[in-house]
Amino acid sequence: MLSQEILDILSRSKEWGWVLEPDAKRLLSLAGMDVPEFMWSDRLDEAVEFAERIGYPVVAKVVSPQVVHKTEEGGVVVGIENKISLAEAFHRLSGIKGFRGVLVEESVSGVEMIVGSKIDYQFGPVILFGIGGTGVEIYKDTTIRMAPIEPKDVMSMLKSLKAHRLLEGYRGAEPISLEQLTRNLAAFSSLIMDLGDAITSIDLNPVFCSPSRCVVGDARIMLP
Amino acid sequence: MNYQKLFEPKTLAVIGVSMSNDSHPANVVFNKNRLRYPVKTFAVNPKGGSFHRSEIFVRVSDIPEKIDLAVIAVRADLVPGVLTECIEAGAGGAVVISGGFAESGRKDLQDRMAAIATEADFPFVGPNCLGIYSPDHVDTFFLPSERMVYPRVGNIALVSQSGGVLVDQMINLADEGVGVSVAVSVGNKALIDEVALLGYLSADPKTEVIAFYLEGFQKNGGRDFVSAARQCGKPIIALKSGRSPEGGRAVSSHTASLAGDYEVFSEVLSQYGVVEARSQFELVSFCESLSCYEKPIQGKIGIITGSGGHGALAVDLCAAHDLSVPRISEKVQGEIREGLSGGARPIAALGNPIDLTGSAVDDDFVAAAECLSRTDEVDCILLLVLPYSPGTTSDLGARLSRVYLREGKPMVAYVPHVDKYRMLIEGFELNRIPVSPAIEGAVLMADAMRRCQPC
Repeated sequence: MLSQEILDILSRSKEWGWVLEPDAKRLLSLAGMDVPEFMWSDRLDEAVEFAERIGYPVVAKVVSPQVVHKTEEGGVVVGIENKISLAEAFHRLSGIKGFRGVLVEESVSGVEMIVGSKIDYQFGPVILFGIGGTGVEIYKDTTIRMAPIEPKDVMSMLKSLKAHRLLEGYRGAEPISLEQLTRNLAAFSSLIMDLGDAITSIDLNPVFCSPSRCVVGDARIMLP
Repeated sequence: MNYQKLFEPKTLAVIGVSMSNDSHPANVVFNKNRLRYPVKTFAVNPKGGSFHRSEIFVRVSDIPEKIDLAVIAVRADLVPGVLTECIEAGAGGAVVISGGFAESGRKDLQDRMAAIATEADFPFVGPNCLGIYSPDHVDTFFLPSERMVYPRVGNIALVSQSGGVLVDQMINLADEGVGVSVAVSVGNKALIDEVALLGYLSADPKTEVIAFYLEGFQKNGGRDFVSAARQCGKPIIALKSGRSPEGGRAVSSHTASLAGDYEVFSEVLSQYGVVEARSQFELVSFCESLSCYEKPIQGKIGIITGSGGHGALAVDLCAAHDLSVPRISEKVQGEIREGLSGGARPIAALGNPIDLTGSAVDDDFVAAAECLSRTDEVDCILLLVLPYSPGTTSDLGARLSRVYLREGKPMVAYVPHVDKYRMLIEGFELNRIPVSPAIEGAVLMADAMRRCQPC
């Protein structure tokens, strides 16, 4: 069952055909997924106050209904270490078309994965999982399952990736948290089953998977 | 809906028999069933008269017996009316051969038929199809008997959207000595589709494996199909056409771009343990293998060969199909060596592939197969048998089969298929060990066993 707040987010996003990133992250968080601590404001003082509270470094991103692909528009600033850099970033982002404020969030790291979904004509809601980041369509190391998935599917999805060893503690690195991955994918699976035809596709890319967390770095929810 | 009368009718009405065109589909169906099947066959045409010295009935309801199955081969626009007549006459079901429906813009006619049939709880196959071949019961294919190649009676059910591909598949299976329990061409599947047949065939005691040729599903039809497959409990194989990506369609998200129609189809099928065949050759190999073995394996292959080259080719093919060829332990190697004849013992290489060399005799193959059957190091034995090798006799197939019958570890075999080696091949096949005419085919047979489980 979708909560009223999720329904509200979807309904106010219809206007643009997709859900703005802060709304998308709020929606995912309501569905039980791990998202970075974030705030959304068009006021620098609020942004600074938030950054000082959670601690630097932080990430700043433009929020604009006219900018779906933020990186291409120069709408993402990472590794902001202090108040001055944050102010500079804020001013630059505020010049981007359709500016509706800045999303400031904690910096997270980990292996960059993609978690996605689309409504397939023949099979209904399906889940895509694999190696994410900007090279996602170059590496094409992804796997698909029909939703809903069960916890045991997560292991089989991992194993079917060419890069699975990268996630299981490659060359002395600590393996990613299977528990957190399973928990987040289960939450995602229930969410998309509940959403049904209310979306056309979702890209969570990257999702940062580390030994302690699986956190949604960016989210794009496309509406019908 | 009860499909029993579709597949095992005692009485058959062929509607649309022509007095002027003897190669009319209805005439072909009438003739072959009257002459070759135990079903009592009646001809129907509103003009009446007689055909091949049999009375042509004006209406189905004029036939003095209750009709189990009606084959309808009349003009598309007349079909809904004929369907209604069949229902009123108390027929058990129908096959609608006629074309001219959704495939040529008359979806309305098709929908009307489906509505009429659903309302009356009346099963029909088609339209625009060949219908049903049910060995020893009925054959609604409008192809003259002398042109057909019939596989022997067996345990594989074939279901195909395309009639042509279905007939091809029957020829290929016949060629490999693989038997069929029933073959159905579903055509436009206005009422009975793959999912409905999956339900019927799951419960059909004559069917142990179900193989599909699919072109596409309706909205959410794929979801229904895999859910039914999970319930089914029998191995299911699917060959799909239309695997090439839809060119040039702009996609707004990575997921939509990476999860195209075919990628989703392929991965969801394996999620649900449906074995996807990527070619007709794979389909035949999979059918042959799963008609003998239903239990899945992990895919640890022990290769026994009379030639190093064959062994090496098989190892490469196993690797390409995600099957492992584990090195056999020294202990088991020792046991194998002990059982070998004086000619092979000093020169055989036993690490896996187990290369018994050209000096091997039948006994050496049997000894190696026995040892591999009794160890957990492998869960399937791939036999590469070269009948031209001087120590190999035509008894080898039957002798190795006895090892399988005793020990129960699945075996698949490669033997070159020429008439000369027929007895060797039959020694395997008649004891339900599948044999392929290609090394790759034998590897695919093992692959089928690995893949017929949910991943």
